[in-house]
Amino acid sequence: MSGHEVGPDEIDLRQAELPPVTNLAIVTLALLVSGGVYLAAQLNRSTSLVVPGILVGAAVLCLLANVVMLTRLKEFAWGSFFLVGKWALLGYVVIAGVLEFVFVYDHTPARELSLFTVMLVVFAVNVPLLLAYSVARYQPVSPRN
Amino acid sequence: MADTDSRPVAAAPPGAGARPDFEIFPVKGIPIAAAVVVGLIIAISSNSLWALTFFHVAGGGLWTSIDLFVGLIIGPILGRLSIPARVEFSTKFMPKMLLLMPTLVAMTLGGGFQLARHEGNLAADYPHHAWLVASFIIVGIMAVIALGLLEPANLAVLFELKKPQPNGARIGRLMKVFIYTSGITGLLQVATILIMTFLASR
Repeated sequence: MSGHEVGPDEIDLRQAELPPVTNLAIVTLALLVSGGVYLAAQLNRSTSLVVPGILVGAAVLCLLANVVMLTRLKEFAWGSFFLVGKWALLGYVVIAGVLEFVFVYDHTPARELSLFTVMLVVFAVNVPLLLAYSVARYQPVSPRN
Repeated sequence: MADTDSRPVAAAPPGAGARPDFEIFPVKGIPIAAAVVVGLIIAISSNSLWALTFFHVAGGGLWTSIDLFVGLIIGPILGRLSIPARVEFSTKFMPKMLLLMPTLVAMTLGGGFQLARHEGNLAADYPHHAWLVASFIIVGIMAVIALGLLEPANLAVLFELKKPQPNGARIGRLMKVFIYTSGITGLLQVATILIMTFLASR
């Protein structure tokens, strides 16, 4: 492509200083999906919930670590973060709600249902957090209120 | 794509036209998406075989076709367009994808899971249970790619385009992620369709 080069701007230079929120959110998602696939594959069998329990526990820890890393950010585009985050949260709460409805409607056994519910809660928080961060990281910095 | 071109998009050559204003999220499409979600809930709660099959097959077919079309046809064309043309296309195309794709994914997966349950395919003694689990794994990988990479890139492009002086290089990098991940999920969808058609013919 032709055009006058202006090189990386201030936002590009700031990227290296940001914590690995995106990577950790993707790991969280992968752990949730693995747990979900394991549970769905074993549905209607009386199997141990240790493996999916460990996967979900690890996902919860990753999500908490991400929240802690975010709270430590001093200079960040918080306006954009919360703007995207609140609408994405609304959308993903609806999606998680539909899935929860399916599991409840299908009389999923209580132990499995409780694990699915924790997964859906983490999912409904993790994806909006990832989307909000992915937008805000490229926006001009705004002071935190 | 434009990974070597870091000029601001607003600094496009004279005569290229101004960057069009656009809506990041297509609010007018929300009633249609909401109607689809309501229809899906009705299909699940009524356990209608036709409705569940419709949501699963129609959603899956559109999801696959759109992913492949974007990744393999639109992507290479977009890469050869001028920056103003790319920007104009993206401002019209990307917001629609933001609403359309999650709706299709919900249709396909919600309808499909309930259909499998209704037909007894989730039962441990289902003869092709292993194939079903294989499809779960593929869908799981697709979900991680779509939610972890594709959708964040889509949103980030739209917000970049909203800036007074969008960064062309950044848009190029993010669009590359969007196009590649669309293609990958489209190819994974083909694998899912191979498994699904195999199971449906048993």
